[in-house]
This record gives sequence, C-alpha cells and structure tokens, in this order.
Amino acid sequence: MNPGIRQWIASGAPWVWLNAAAVSACILLVAGLLALIAWRGLGHFWPAPVYEVVLTNDSGVNTTLAGIERDAEVVPAERLREAGMAIDPDVDEVRRILFKTGNRDVTGEDFVWIIEPAIALKERPNNLVVVERTEWGAFIGRLIAVREDGVTLAQSDAWQAFLERLSRADALRVEIKQLETDEIGSVNYQLERLRLNERRMEIDGADDKAQRADIEAERENLAARYASMEEALIRLNEEIQRDSVVMRTADGEEVELPISTILDAWRPNDMNIAEKAGHYVHKAWGFVSDDPREANTEGGIFPAIYGTILMVLLMSVLVTPLGVIAAVYLKEYAKQGLLTRTIRIAVNNLAGVPSIVYGVFGLGFFVYTLGGSLDRLFFPEALPSPTFGTGGLFWASLTLALLTLPVVIVSTEEGLARIPRTIREGSLALGATRWETLWQTVLPMASPAIMTGMILAVARAAGEVAPLMLVGVVKLAPSLPLDGNYPFLHPERKFMHLGFHIYDVGFQSPNVEAARPLVYATALLLVIVTILLNLLAIRIRNRLREKYRGLEI
Amino acid sequence: MSEAMNSQAQSAEAESVIHPDLTLDDVAVQVDDLDLWYDTNQALKKVSLDIAEKKVTAFIGPSGCGKSTLLRCFNRLNDLIDICRVEGEIKLHGQNLLGPDVDVAELRRRVGMVFQKPNPFPKSIYENVAYGLRIQGMNKRRQLDETVEWALRGAALWDEVKDRLNDTAFGLSGGQQQRLVIARAIAVQPEVILLDEPCSALDPISTLKVEELINELKRDYTIIIVTHNMQQAARVSDYTAFMYLGELIEFGETDQVFTNPRMKRTEDYITGRYG
Repeated sequence: MNPGIRQWIASGAPWVWLNAAAVSACILLVAGLLALIAWRGLGHFWPAPVYEVVLTNDSGVNTTLAGIERDAEVVPAERLREAGMAIDPDVDEVRRILFKTGNRDVTGEDFVWIIEPAIALKERPNNLVVVERTEWGAFIGRLIAVREDGVTLAQSDAWQAFLERLSRADALRVEIKQLETDEIGSVNYQLERLRLNERRMEIDGADDKAQRADIEAERENLAARYASMEEALIRLNEEIQRDSVVMRTADGEEVELPISTILDAWRPNDMNIAEKAGHYVHKAWGFVSDDPREANTEGGIFPAIYGTILMVLLMSVLVTPLGVIAAVYLKEYAKQGLLTRTIRIAVNNLAGVPSIVYGVFGLGFFVYTLGGSLDRLFFPEALPSPTFGTGGLFWASLTLALLTLPVVIVSTEEGLARIPRTIREGSLALGATRWETLWQTVLPMASPAIMTGMILAVARAAGEVAPLMLVGVVKLAPSLPLDGNYPFLHPERKFMHLGFHIYDVGFQSPNVEAARPLVYATALLLVIVTILLNLLAIRIRNRLREKYRGLEI
Repeated sequence: MSEAMNSQAQSAEAESVIHPDLTLDDVAVQVDDLDLWYDTNQALKKVSLDIAEKKVTAFIGPSGCGKSTLLRCFNRLNDLIDICRVEGEIKLHGQNLLGPDVDVAELRRRVGMVFQKPNPFPKSIYENVAYGLRIQGMNKRRQLDETVEWALRGAALWDEVKDRLNDTAFGLSGGQQQRLVIARAIAVQPEVILLDEPCSALDPISTLKVEELINELKRDYTIIIVTHNMQQAARVSDYTAFMYLGELIEFGETDQVFTNPRMKRTEDYITGRYG
C-alpha cells in the first residue's frame, strides 16, 4: 500500500471523517423532517391565489371553474390516453394540477385534477371570494348581493356590507357558543350531579324527605335557569339567521348562503402582502385556539393540544414519585444480589415492551378491573354508565406512567450511584440516620438525574399514540378534562391527543385531500409541544445542576 | 480450616511479642480483643488498646494494615459494608458501642469524623456547619447562628468565611474545606473526633494549619488520627499505635515509639525500611 495512504489511515483521519459524516447524516435527517413538516404545515394558512380557468374539452365545449392550486405532478401521457382522454400524440408527458375548487354542496366534489393542455385561459380576477363555512367545506365564487330577511340590500359596496354583517354574525356566534357550552353546559352538569345524588340516596336507602325536597328545589331552580337560557338561545339563533349572501360560482350557478354558516371570507387576489400576513396569523392562531369542525378536517386543534399537555403533566406527576421511590429502594435499601439484579433486568426489559402491550394492559387491568371496581364502590349511582370503568385521562396517564417508569428508575439509579460515598459517610458520621441522609443530601444531589429521567419520560410519553387509543383518547371529546365545573379536573373524562389526531385526520378522514395540510400542521404542533415540554424540564434540570455543581470533582 | 489455624498461629505470635504496657490516667475509649472480618478475610486481629482522654492518638502503619478499618469501628461506619463482621468490644466511657441495641446515630453524634478528602455537602458554608445541628432538631435561628460561629472559630475558619457564609462550600480551597468539615464535626460537640488521613489531600501550608488546629482541639476533645505521614504523627500525637497486617504491633507514647521502638518491625517501618 502507498505509505502516504497508510499514514493517513494510521492518523485516524478517516475515522474522524466517518464520525463527522454520521453526525451530519443525523442532523440532515432531523432538519429535513422538521423542514418538510414545517413547510407543508405552515403553508396551509397562507391565502393562496384563486385562479379562474377555462377548460376546453375534446369536443370544443368550454367549462369554467375557479380554485386554488394545491399540487401538481407530471404523468405519462400514455396513462391519460388509456383513461380515454384525447392527448396530442407527440406529447409524452403531461403536467396535471390539483385544484381545490370547494363548492362540495354544488358540484359534489371539492378537488379536481386538471391536465395542463386542456387549460384555454387562466387568470386571477380580483373579485373571487373564498368563503369558509361551518359545513360543506370552502365555497369559491363571486359575491352578487347581500340580503337581510330575504330582501336584497341596495348598497353600492356589497363586499363591505358583507364584511360588516359577517362580523355581526361572528359576535352573535361567540355569544351562542358561550351560552351553549359554558352556561347551558354548566346547568346540565349540575342537573346530572343532582340526578346522581338522588340515585345515590335511593341506593343507600336513606330516603330523607328534607334532602329530597332540597334536590327538587335545586332542580326547579336549574330548570328555570335553563328555560331562560334556552329562550335567549332561540332569540340569538333567530338573529344570526337574519342575513344571507348570494354567490355565483365560476360556471354561473347562483347560490344563497346564510351568513350564519359563514365563518370567514376573503379575496386572496385582492390582498396585499400585509393583509395576507395578517390573514395568515389570524388563521394560524385559529388553528391553535379553535375546536375542530367537520370530522376534524376543518377548524382548530385546541382540545388536542390541551389534552396532550395535561396528560403529559399528569403522567409526570404519577411516574416521578413512583420511579424515584422504586430506584431508591433498589439502590439504597435492597440487599444487592441475584434478586435485585433480576429486578433490574426486568425493569430494563420493560422499556422494550411494545407500547400497544401497555395499552392492552391498561385497558384490561386499569380500566376494566380497577375502574370497574372503583365504579361499583364509589360511583354506583352512575351505573350502568361507567365513570372510571371506561378509558379516560387518568388511566391514559397511568398507562403512560407505567410505560415510562423504567426510564425514570434507570436514570435515578444512575444518579444515586454517582453520588460519592464520602458524601453519604459525611452525613452519617454527623449522626444523621440513613433516612435523613437520603432526604437531606442524597436525593437533592440526585435531582438532576431524576430530572433527566423525567425529560426522557416526557419525550417518550408525548409522542406515544398506540396505547392511548385503548385507554381514553377519542376522536372528538365533548368537553375538556379541566374546566370551570367543580371539581375542575375530571380525570375520568375522555380526551383528545395530538398524536391520535394526526392518525385520525390523516387516515380516518372522509376528505383526505382537505385534511392533508392539517396532518402536517398538527405534526408540527406535536413536535413543538414536545420540544416545549422538554425545554421546561431541561431548564429545571440545569437550575438544579447549577445548584449542585461542585459534585463533579 | 487451615486458614483458621493459620490465623490462630498468627495471633499467638502477636501475643508472644512484648505488648507495650501502658497505664493511662484517664481512658476515653477501650478496645478489647477486636476481630474484624471482611467476608472470610480477617482485617483486624485481636486488637486491644486504650485511647487517652483529651490526647491525640495516632495510628500508623503501611497501607492495608487495618488502621482506617479500626478507626471506622469507633463510629461503626463499617456497618455500611454488608460483608463486614466484628467481634470484641469497644467501650466509649465505659459503654460498649458494638452492641446491637446501640443507637448508631447517637453514637456517631458523640464520635465525629473527618475524612481523607474534604467532603462538604453541596450547600452553603453556613448550612454545612448547621447540618448536624439541624439533624438534632436545633432550628432556632439565633442558637444556630451562635453555634455555627462558635464551631467555625473553633476550626480557625471564621475570619476567612464570616463575610460569605451563604456562599457555596465548594468555593473554598481544599484546606478551607477540610477545616469546614472539622467545624461541621465539632459543631455537634462530640466526645471523640476521628481523623482519617485528614491532610493527605492538602498542600503543605494547609496541612500546617490543620495540624495547628489539631493541637488546639485536643484541649477539648479526644482525637484519634490515622496518618501515612510519620512526621505528622510525631508532630501532633501524644500516643502512637503501629499496626501491621491487622495486628497492633506496638503502642506507646509517641516519643518512646519514635525514638526507642521496642519492636523490630516498628523500627523498620519508622526508619523507612519498608512501608
């Protein structure tokens, strides 16, 4: 071999290059993943231009449609010919474009592939309006008139009138929502509690007349409140239905849309960059802060963010004490021998068990066995509908706590092992008992390691989906697990989760094309939530490390 | 079997040597026929000696001779080692401290210890000294303040740290840390202070300070020191015990042991022929 090459190999340089290449590959993969998710997810909220295209078909008939370009690809012309389209024989490949046309209620489909050669005319008229509705997805067309109580308004600027009425409807909608979910919801919740109290009295056989009268009085009170709210609700609903708009689709059909069903409307071709940016921020914020609509394919994902964070926090609260106590016993008190070694191996192996197995265990043991017993013991009044005997926030957190337990145990044990013997002996030599030494010195010094365990646990738990599907996550939860109704935290409630939301929107959705950008946006949010939770834990750990810095001598 | 016979033969040899006869006026700790095993390995063999009250007693001997092990018997720190087994008696002011019903935490309060490497806790200087006091339930601020100051003065550290009591103890130099640890030990007012090679990790100037401190402390405390440094033993101790392979070879007044050793092995060690 060439001595130069031999020397180069002996110098270790190839090894360093290899290391650097491995690191670069990792960074590229992570950065690429994040960039892809961010690009696809963040682009969704940008008000893309709306095109009006005129298509000429084989027989020379023109059709017009309006839509937003969502995707494009190049396909072999052969394939299209086989599908019966007349393509110029000289052409090998044809570009085709996916247009989001909306108007599902009118045309029956809201996404159309268009082959480029068929486009006779393509322009961006300023007056095309994109309307976001509570149902049927988007509507794209031109504004013709605004109507109040069915009478067309004689106003020169219809667009301005439309926007005014839209913001009025928005205010009413907020009011209705507050009345429906917060106030009527609260009354319903209290009524249900009364019913359960009454049922409990029946079961206990304590038929106290006075108490029964109290309940009855309370119920009448609530019913009266309910009645007045219902009246207000009916009035509001009538008011919101006052206005409507007439829109014309690109191919000339006129449609009347009640403003009560319209959430937002904009004319992307008429917006300058600042307006677009404002629209973008508004939409992105709506995505983070709103409830989902239309089988999760529209609207926001606030309940999923909320559920994810709450579950991870509850999981941390459950797993940390359990893991630390177990590790302390294993390391500090248990006689080291075959048994502790076996337990340690078993704990490490637990970390390798597929997570769905934990889900099955959680369902079988926590939900059915423990939850079922709890229901019979403490909530017999609600039976046969289960309280804890069905999946819920608490069981999901507990299942994930079990899943992440090995991580916490292992890192706590490592932390305990790293504390110098002289420190323990120093404390013992001062007359401290083992217990005092543990609490005053050893555990505080091991706290950074405990936090490391928690960081790993949070990272794992936040991304876990499979077991949750069995123990409490649902596609759409009617109410948040933490709200204003006493006792505020409802650990028995089902909840939504970002990870499951991705699965649901991406693969269980009735409208895949519409939902796809939301999958990326949700994935991005899940990554962000995980990073934020981790950063929080890392911050706490660094603070603790700083405090016990002198240790690393 | 043969091992047991072997050790019997050895202890017979130990008894056959002329054991230093020493009569002390005031005995703090009495060690009687102390045997200690790590599993099957005997680390101390029939050790008997008396420690004088309010004097400094030094244990010297080559590495692995059992001097630190013996020291750690006085506050039962060997209890932490599962495979360690002790037979014999150690009496602290007449009370046997090896019994199973002895309150070990209470014993360790009466017998303080300073280790080879300074081992301050990751707390402030103040909290380090207050640690033992708080363990004992002292939590009145004034009382703590007074005791901490008293202990730091006692360890000749007060003037150096009085302005930064709330700083972390890790900011101190090695010598200061070792004196801090001594202050921590005397804060709980023990009867005996055990020093396990207290200067082995220190520079000469810090060593000198600690040695001066030992001279101060013996007015109030009985001190037992393990050291590798023969000059140090000669400088600071009143009595010296020479140990070799788990046996107490010679025990006497320091002057006598260093100037006129009765045993050949002691002489060899002191003059540096092995060790």
